[in-house]
Amino acid sequence: MTYVPLSLSDLAIASVLLIISGGLSIGFRLGLEKTIAISAARMAIQLGLVAIILKFVFEVGSPLWTALIAILMLAAATYEITSRQDRKFHGWQAFALGAGPPFVAGLLGTMIAAMAVINGDPWYAPRYILPILGMLLGNALSGVSLVLDTVTESATRDRAAIEGRLALGATRYEAFGDALRRGVKTGLMPILASMASAGIVALPGMMTGQILAGINPVDAAKYQVMILLLVAGATGIAVFGAGVGAVWLLTDDRHRLRLDRLVSPPLK
Amino acid sequence: MSAPFLLLWPLTVLTVSYLRTYPLPPLSFEVPDGACLAVEGPSGSGKTRLLRALADLDEADGQVFLDGAERREMPAPDWRRMVRYCSAEPAWWTDTPRSAFPSTPRDEQKLTHLLQRLGLEPDVLDRPIAVLSTGERQRLGLARALISAPRVALLDEPTAALDQGNAALVEELIRYLLLSGTSVLISSHDTALTGRLASTRLQLARSSQPALDPHQVSA
Repeated sequence: MTYVPLSLSDLAIASVLLIISGGLSIGFRLGLEKTIAISAARMAIQLGLVAIILKFVFEVGSPLWTALIAILMLAAATYEITSRQDRKFHGWQAFALGAGPPFVAGLLGTMIAAMAVINGDPWYAPRYILPILGMLLGNALSGVSLVLDTVTESATRDRAAIEGRLALGATRYEAFGDALRRGVKTGLMPILASMASAGIVALPGMMTGQILAGINPVDAAKYQVMILLLVAGATGIAVFGAGVGAVWLLTDDRHRLRLDRLVSPPLK
Repeated sequence: MSAPFLLLWPLTVLTVSYLRTYPLPPLSFEVPDGACLAVEGPSGSGKTRLLRALADLDEADGQVFLDGAERREMPAPDWRRMVRYCSAEPAWWTDTPRSAFPSTPRDEQKLTHLLQRLGLEPDVLDRPIAVLSTGERQRLGLARALISAPRVALLDEPTAALDQGNAALVEELIRYLLLSGTSVLISSHDTALTGRLASTRLQLARSSQPALDPHQVSA
C-alpha cells in the first residue's frame, strides 16, 4: 500500500483549470468568477476542517466522540431534508420524517458494515463507522427528500383524485397508491442509477480514492460493492419508511385527507 | 301483535344529530328510506361541506347514524361504501374511465344498463378522459358513484354541467334510485329539479339559522 501525499503546491497546480474557468467568466462577463472562487474556497475549508476533526476523533478513538460526530451528521441530514421541502409538515412531524428514516437507515447500514462485514478492531472504530455512515446518510438524505417532496406535492395537486377515491371507499393507502408508488420510485432513482452506471460511466468516488491510495483494484471494487449494496438497501428502507410515514401523517384514522397538516396549505 | 311493533320499527335510514359544519349552526334531521332531501342555499352557504361531512370526508362534531349505527363505529371506508358522496366535478385518476369501474361480467351488464339510463354509449368507457366533455365526465362520475348501490347517495350539483335533456335523464335515474329504496341528498341550484324530487328541503342561509321545513312539499 503506497500513496503519494499531496503538498499545498500540488493543490495549487490542481486549481489551474478552475482559475482558467474563472478567467473565462471574467473575459465573457458571465459574472460567475465570484461564485466559482467562493465555492472552491468553501469546499477546501470545509474539507480541511472535517479532516482536522476526523484526525482528532480517529486518534482518540473513543465511542463517545464517535457517537457525538454521528449525531451531528444525522442532525445535519435532518436539517437538509426538512429545509429542502416545498411543503413542510408542522413541528414534530417534520422532524420525525426528516430524522427517523435516515436514522434507521444509518444505524442498520453501519451496524451491518462494522460488525458483520469489516469486523474492525474495535468494531466501533471511527475510521470504519463514520465514512460509511456518511455515505449512508448522504444517499438516504437525497432519497428521503425526493420521496417527501413527491408525496406532499401529489397530495396537494391530486387532492380531488385522492378524495374521489376515498369517497368511493378506498383506504388511505389505496387512495395514495399512485402517489406513494411515484414517490418511492423517484426517491430510489438516484441510487439505482448510480448502481447501474457504477464503473461504466465513472468509477465511484470511494473506489477511485482507494485505488489512488494504492489499493489493489479488485479489493477496492469489493469495498465499493459492499458500500453500494448497503447504501441501496438502507436508502430503500428509508425512502419507503418516509413515504408511508408521509401518507400516514397526511391522512387521519378516519381515512380523511388532511392537507391542513402541511404548513401553508393551499387555499381551499 | 306484530303490527304495532312494525309501526314502531324505525324506517329512517340516515339520522343526523347536531352535526356541526362550517359555517352552519348544528344541524339535526332525518332522511327515511327512499326519500329525497334537497340541500339549498346560495354559493358558500356550506352545501358541499355538509355533504362531505356526512360522508365523513371532513372532520365534524356531532353524530350521523345509518340504521342506528354511528359513522365512527365502523371503519371510514365501510361507511363511505354505504354513504356515497359524488362531487360536482368528479376527478379521474386513470387514462380511461373503464378502470374506475368493477370488471366482472355481471357488473359489466349493470354498468351498461346504468350508462344507458344516463344516455352514454358503452364505448365512452374506453375513450381518454381528456377528450370527454364535462357533461360526459359528470354523468360517468354519477355512474361510478352509484354502480355499487350505496344506501345513501349525496349528490353535489349532479346536473351542473348537463344540458336539459341529460339533466332529465339524471332526474329519471334519481327517481329510480328513490323507488329502489336509496336515500338521496341532493344539492342543486336548479330549484325546479329539487322541487320535483325532494320531499323535504333544507334551506342553508348565510349567517342565519338554517330552516328545516320537514313537511314542505314544493308546489
